[in-house]
Amino acid sequence: MAASLRAVRQRIRAVQSIGKITRAQELIASSRIIRAQQRMRDAEPYARELTRAVEAVVSRTSTLNHPLTAEPESVTRAAILVLTSDSGFAGAFNTNVLREEARLLRTLRDRNVEPVPFVAGRKGIGWHRARDIEMAHTYNGFSVRPAVSDATAITNDLLEAFDKKAEDGGVDEIYIVRTQFVSMLTQRPLVARLLPLEIEESSGEPEGGPLPMYEFEPSPDIVLDRLLPQYVEGRIFYAMLESAASELASRRRAMKAATDNANDLTERLTREANNARQAEITQEISEIVGGANALADVTSESE
Amino acid sequence: MTLHVEVVIADRELWAGEANMVIAKTLEGDIGILTGHPPVLGILAEGSIVRVLDPEGSGGEDGAGRGVTAAVSGGFLSVADDRVSILAVDAQLGSEVDTSAARSAADEGSGDEDSTEVRYARAQLRAAGEQA
Repeated sequence: MAASLRAVRQRIRAVQSIGKITRAQELIASSRIIRAQQRMRDAEPYARELTRAVEAVVSRTSTLNHPLTAEPESVTRAAILVLTSDSGFAGAFNTNVLREEARLLRTLRDRNVEPVPFVAGRKGIGWHRARDIEMAHTYNGFSVRPAVSDATAITNDLLEAFDKKAEDGGVDEIYIVRTQFVSMLTQRPLVARLLPLEIEESSGEPEGGPLPMYEFEPSPDIVLDRLLPQYVEGRIFYAMLESAASELASRRRAMKAATDNANDLTERLTREANNARQAEITQEISEIVGGANALADVTSESE
Repeated sequence: MTLHVEVVIADRELWAGEANMVIAKTLEGDIGILTGHPPVLGILAEGSIVRVLDPEGSGGEDGAGRGVTAAVSGGFLSVADDRVSILAVDAQLGSEVDTSAARSAADEGSGDEDSTEVRYARAQLRAAGEQA
């Protein structure tokens, strides 16, 4: 009996210290997520204005034949940019993104397109290594706090691959697999094609009112030339910020659940320990009483 | 009537406010924008300066025009309906320039006259009111 009481107490201590760790992780994530959301809000004006400018040029240049917007005749290789996290303890965050990627990999292979993964985040890199999937580029060290320079580095690699012909190791399409931050409670894995840009003909008015009739300096073509890479970088940077906020939200939730579970478990184990202790005491008392009775019997008999 | 001006870079809004005139440099040369300017979408010259003159225009105590001056490494200028957006790849307000860092960046790359870094460093110095 004494052995089981010791074992239970040991487990309580272990569970309590796990609970302390997950609680600390939860608090760290909560404090960081506020900053991450602020960073998303700060980046919004740039993303919005850039989108509007691209819409303005694209809607004006009817005979659009820019390499970044033209549909390729045939697609043989496609780059996939995957945004995952550097550290674990984030619930289903990485699993969800990587599941979407796995689906995209299958779809591409079914179309006879060779996927070329560009992977950001240590968890994603590990996932690809474990499955022996070759990666073109890997990036890590910034998943919770991406800087503009990280987005620039990724964009340059992607655009360089996009510039080259498929035969020379280039790609015809670029996809991005990442997590969309809907709210603190909802984050959604999302697959989108980054390049060539999908141009939608719409008859409705664009967001923020009709587009003004811009004059272009020096010319629409040159403006588009410069604008598109900046736009792609902006999109990637914003996606990285969303992914960071999603990672933190997901971690906070996962760690909260883990802390709650640890607390429940501690409570249950404490009860178990109390029962064991009580049983031990009861047994000792009955042993003493039994012993005393036996002694009393012996003395009364001898009288 | 005033212009509403926004100077934004990828991760934040550098400056936003009202102004009566914006002076920038595009690939085609200097452009001055007053209210009622027709819509323009232009490429900013690499390592140039954008000046935003505030509504009072006439200037502060030292006589220099108030408002803000920003160095931009490149990017876009979009004007429509009296709203001016400067979408810079990188930009810095004149008052926030670290002059010694910009000076050493400008000197370091001076062998390479045309690099964006050198031009941007020089623009930063000019924006801070220093000789470049």
